[in-house]
Amino acid sequence: MSAPYTSTAKWLHWLVAALIFANLALGLTMVDIPGITPTKLRYFNWHKWVGVTVFALVTLRLAWRAMHPPPPLPDSMPRWERRAAAASHAALYALMFALPLSGYFYSLAVGFPVVYLGLFPLPVLIEPNPALKEPLVLLHHVLAWSIIVLLLVHVGAALKHRFVDRDDVLQRILPRQT
Amino acid sequence: MRVRQFLLAAMLSLVAGAVSAQTIDAARSSVSATFKQMGVPVEGKFKKIGGQVSYDAANPAAARAQVDVDIASFDLGDPQYNREVQQKDWFDGARFPAASFVSTGVKAAGAGRFEVSGKLTIKGRSVNVSVPLSARADGGATVFEGSVPVRRLAFSIGEGEWKDTALLADEVVIKFRLAVPAGK
Repeated sequence: MSAPYTSTAKWLHWLVAALIFANLALGLTMVDIPGITPTKLRYFNWHKWVGVTVFALVTLRLAWRAMHPPPPLPDSMPRWERRAAAASHAALYALMFALPLSGYFYSLAVGFPVVYLGLFPLPVLIEPNPALKEPLVLLHHVLAWSIIVLLLVHVGAALKHRFVDRDDVLQRILPRQT
Repeated sequence: MRVRQFLLAAMLSLVAGAVSAQTIDAARSSVSATFKQMGVPVEGKFKKIGGQVSYDAANPAAARAQVDVDIASFDLGDPQYNREVQQKDWFDGARFPAASFVSTGVKAAGAGRFEVSGKLTIKGRSVNVSVPLSARADGGATVFEGSVPVRRLAFSIGEGEWKDTALLADEVVIKFRLAVPAGK
């Protein structure tokens, strides 16, 4: 049995996972609400707050990861799988930054600065800009669908490790390893 | 409505006496409303404004003002939102196409500063407000600037489920800059 992740890394992983799933569901739901309704405005604000939270937690995760390198992959893994794992993890981290950022800038371009939890105004980095609205919302959607695809790959790979390869790659991130 | 407002303005200018009413220079003037949506400040601008002001720097207490804004010209920067705020629950622009402010008194409040009381009418509801403002000469005109907080629910702006002030704060700040050509 190889070493597990630190419990901090596990907590961050599952917390961020839950927030990302919640925010993807919220995002896909809110854009389908027709017109302008109180529910829609609430969902948009919650979506932004969750996105900001994910951004902050992922920053923390990367800092933690830099100080506590993840346990090595099992020797049984072929080289292409190691490379694929490294590449997909890098892409997931990149998306976990890029997705909230694209949404943040989209909101600024539309002219709605983000006020975290309705209490803390976050930096207004660009002025409202109608010309940026279309490209930024398109980027946000493309990144969202990219992370959905990558998450399917991520979960699929974890299940393959558990049930096909029968190694302990999945168990390393599960809570309370025995 | 317009005729009545015109007559009122005319009467007020007669009362004002020596100073004739000047038409607000719309191109150099602006009126906006800023509200908070779950803490997020959102500003809308009234693109069409008009009105009359009689003002004599030598006798500011006798000044009179009537300001009209065209409700349909309210611009939040997004066509979907602009359509929404014209609905019945909001401004009900079809029934109440104009909002107005008519002054009832002016008090000096220090150098170039005044406290103007008057009646603010939006969506057919009138509320007495007291507006602090500054006046300064600028390029052949007098520029009046100020802002005043009002309560949107006093004017039934945002009815039904939009009454929720946690979603949309009751306080709305009206900001204005009115350029009035100097003249006797």
